[in-house]
Formats: sequence, C-alpha cells, structure tokens
Amino acid sequence: MIQSSDSIRIKYFSLRRCFTYVSLILAIVMTYWATVAVEFSATKLFEGLPYMKDFLSRMWPPDTKILPRVLTDTLLTIQLAWVSTIIAAVISLPIGFIAASNICESVWLRRVTIFFLNADRAIDSLILALFFVSAVGLGPFPGTLALAVHSVGMLGKLFADSIESIDPGPVEALRSAGAGKLSTIRWAVWPQVAPHFISYFLFRFELNVRVAVVLGLVGAGGIGFLLTQYMRLFQYQKVCTVILVILVLVMTVDYFSSKLRRSVL
Amino acid sequence: MGIKASSLSKSFDEGKTFALKNVNIEISQGEFIAVIGLSGAGKSTFLRAINGTNSPGTGTLEVLGQNVTTLSGKSLISLRKQIGFIFQQFNLVKSLSALQNVLVGRTAYSPLWRSVTGCYHAADVALAKKTLDSVGLRGRYDEKARHLSGGQQQRVAIARALVQEPKIILADEPMASLDPKLSEVVLDILAAVNQQKNITILVNIHVLELARKYAKRIIAFRKGELVFDGKPEALTEAILEEIYHVDKATL
Ligand SMILES: Nc1ncnc2c1ncn2[C@@H]1O[C@H](COP(=O)(O)OP(=O)(O)OP(=O)(O)O)[C@@H](O)[C@H]1O
Ligand SMILES: [Mg+2]
Repeated sequence: MIQSSDSIRIKYFSLRRCFTYVSLILAIVMTYWATVAVEFSATKLFEGLPYMKDFLSRMWPPDTKILPRVLTDTLLTIQLAWVSTIIAAVISLPIGFIAASNICESVWLRRVTIFFLNADRAIDSLILALFFVSAVGLGPFPGTLALAVHSVGMLGKLFADSIESIDPGPVEALRSAGAGKLSTIRWAVWPQVAPHFISYFLFRFELNVRVAVVLGLVGAGGIGFLLTQYMRLFQYQKVCTVILVILVLVMTVDYFSSKLRRSVL
Repeated sequence: MGIKASSLSKSFDEGKTFALKNVNIEISQGEFIAVIGLSGAGKSTFLRAINGTNSPGTGTLEVLGQNVTTLSGKSLISLRKQIGFIFQQFNLVKSLSALQNVLVGRTAYSPLWRSVTGCYHAADVALAKKTLDSVGLRGRYDEKARHLSGGQQQRVAIARALVQEPKIILADEPMASLDPKLSEVVLDILAAVNQQKNITILVNIHVLELARKYAKRIIAFRKGELVFDGKPEALTEAILEEIYHVDKATL
C-alpha cells in the first residue's frame, strides 16, 4: 500500500519536473525566435545613437511662440476626455446594475451584458477612433465617440463589481421593511457604491486624457493632432513644446484626480 | 390575526435535511416570545419564514390573516410593511444618517417618488424623529450611522422597525453583537413596545437567562422541530438537556 503510493508520488514529481524543463526550453526558443522576428540588433541601436542625439538637439530650445495654440488644443483634449467619460458613465450606470448578480435575476441578460462589456474592452480605442473618423470625419467628435464607447467596457465592469461586493445587510433590511426594488437600490445599494463610482469615473477620466492625446495622432482632434502636424513638417522645436505641455498635462491631471479620489473614498 | 403555522416545513437541500420540520404553532397578537435552540436549529429560518424572506416551504403559515407561503409581489410587500425586522448585525446603511436610516422604514408607506428622492412626507419625518427620541437618540438625527456605537446603531435599527408601526417585530439575536448590559437595553425597549403598543415580539435569544427574564412564552427548536412551547417556568433541566444536548453524530 505505502510502497505503491510512494512510487506514484515519485513518478508524479518526475513528470512535473520534465514538464518544467520542457517549458523552460520552449520559452527560451520562443524568445529567441521573437527577437529575430523583430530584427532586434544592438549594433543598429548603437549606430542610431548619433541620430537620436541630433534629433534631440534640434528639439531644443522649445518654441514658446506657439504656446497659446498648444494650450487651446490641450484644453480641447481635456474637454474631449471629459465629455467622453461623462457619456460613458451615464451609459455604464444602468449597465453596471444589469451586470451585477445581486441586482439582476436574469442570468441570461447578465451573461449577454457581460459578454458585450468584455468585447468592448477588447477593442482598443485607437481602432474605434479609426472607425469613427471614417464614419463622421476628422476632428474631436470621432475621438469623443471612440473614448466613450471604449470606456463603457471598463466602467460597466467596475460598476458591476462594486455593486456585487456591497454589504448585503442593508438590502435585506430594506426588503424586510417592504421596500420595492427601486427604493432598495436607492437606499441600500447606491450609498454604498457611489463613492466607488466617483473614484472609477475620475480614474477613467485620467486614462482618457492620456488616450485622447494618442487619438489625436489618427486625426481625432486635440493636442495629439497638433503633434503629428509639427512632426510631419519637421518642426522639432514646436514638437518639443507640445511634448512638454503633454507631460505637464498628464502629471497635473494624475495629481488632482488621485487627490480627489482619495477624498471621496 | 396573529401567527399560525400548520405542518410548516422548510428544506434548503431538497428534502435531505430540514431547517423547519412539521412546525405547528399558534401565536396571538401581543405576545412576547423568546425563541431558543442550538446554532442551526432553525430559529432564523422560522423568523424569515414569517415575513416571507425565505422562499416558501410546505405546509401553511398564516400571518396577520394572510397565507405567507402563497404570497408574492404586492401582497407580500403589504404584509412585510406591517412586520419590523431587527438583525444581529443591525444592517444599517453606514454612510447615511440615523434619521435617513429610520426613514427607510417608511418607504413602503410612501409613494415611489418620495422614497426614491428621499423627500419624505413631513409627518413621516416627524414620526421618525419621535421614534429616535423614544429609543434615547434625541438630537442624534444627523449623525452618520458609522459614527454611532454598536448599541446606538442597534437602537437606530429598532427605531427603523418601530417607524413601520408594525403589528409584529421579529428580532434575530438582536443583542448578540452587543455587550451584556446593552442586551438588556434592547430587550427593555422591545418589552416596552410590546406592553404599550401590543406589538407581537418574537426574539431569538442565545442567553437563556434573558429569555427567561423577558419572555412570557418560550419556544425551542431542535433540528427544525419545535421541541418546547410553554411558560419559562416549565423549562426543566430535562427539557433543556433535550434542547441543547449535542450528539456526537452531528459533530
Ligand atoms: N439560505 C440558506 N441556504 C442553505 N441552507 C440554509 C440557509 N439558511 C439556513 N440554512 C440551514 O438551515 C438550518 C437552520 O439554520 P438557521 O439559520 O435557521 O439556524 P439558527 O437556529 O438561526 O442558528 P444560529 O443560532 O446559528 O443563527 C441550518 O442547517 C442552516 O445550514
Ligand atoms: Mg440564526
């Protein structure tokens, strides 16, 4: 009895060990293969150094004359991020409740909703931006649409998760007192989830500011669009101004957003 | 009126074990009843059957003239609003004020727009304040529930039940998370409303002395069966042994 169980254990261990070695070798081979595929070359990188230096030196000093224009477009980027996050939050609110198992009794409806949320998150906002640019033309509007649609995936999921993790006690109390579904959501669920919702909203806004910059690159308005224009014209000192402003923008938004988030939670 | 169970049974695992097993009992309006029994005996299940928060089992259970086992939707709501429930963990909304928590007990009496917006009728607000006063929380209306002590939170929860102007109050171990002195405060309040307003009280109690002191009638469950129903004096050692002995098989 003891002997047989021992021999099984030894066999199991050796099998496991075999598996570990094979995976390790496989990982090394794959990494090598991928490195070759991306044409990684240390010599090329080394040879590129002078050009990088040249590029950087041509960026300096930043051109401050264009600052008013840059700031106007920065404002547009912030507005784009804000409007898209608001739209996403408004859409995500009911979706979050539908996707939460402690609110929605229909398993079927919940599964379909969660599937759409997952699919939505899987589609990058850059792809959505390309789609909306071709649908409604260049400018901040397609960028807003792209960000709004993409943000629903994340906000809806986070809203649903925070609804599911509430203390069920108050819900039970409301139900016992004869309260209807809507009153129960209003007084037992909402007070518990609202601070989290606000925090997630601000976090998504923070992300959207950064993504909005990138979306400008495909023509969806804002400061990113300005950046591509100066790049195409090889106006590196102007490029430098834009990059510095983007840096300040992202850092400022991060700072205030995380401060606000800490104060609501 | 009152409560009447006939052959009431309830199983959570399709008949393998019973949380309530063939329970027959009659309770008249205005009684103060302590429910005792080991953990898992079915005390909570019995209370939750009375206000229909458990899905119905078999047999009949008549509460305030309605058969709970067949109720649903609107009629279940109109029964529940006449029954206050007090929980061991208070079940308050921690981020809301004491007053807002108490007003929750009026939602079932208010039109939907009022309960959703929180614009309760002035009479409801006055009643809620008066009820908070009566449980010794005068002037604490606007304090957040999370800033109140355990004993104060439980009194808010009692006020929430009282503001329903209920015919029955079900209390599921309302003192279990409070220290012994506060237990008596809670039971004193329940005894007072039982006397003054003729509200039927059913309270699950772990501490036998308290059950003896406050209840005029004690019922005991064991493995879902009603094994004792009578006056506190009738609880003999032999009966207590039957209620509380732990047999090796269940361990
Ligand atoms: N929602 C539920 N799902 C499954 N089983 C349940 C559920 N509620 C109660 N039970 C079972 O029913 C039986 C009775 O439980 P109940 O909670 O009524 O006991 P209790 O007397 O209140 O015990 P305690 O003193 O621990 O609160 C237990 O075996 C429990 O496991
Ligand atoms: Mg219990």
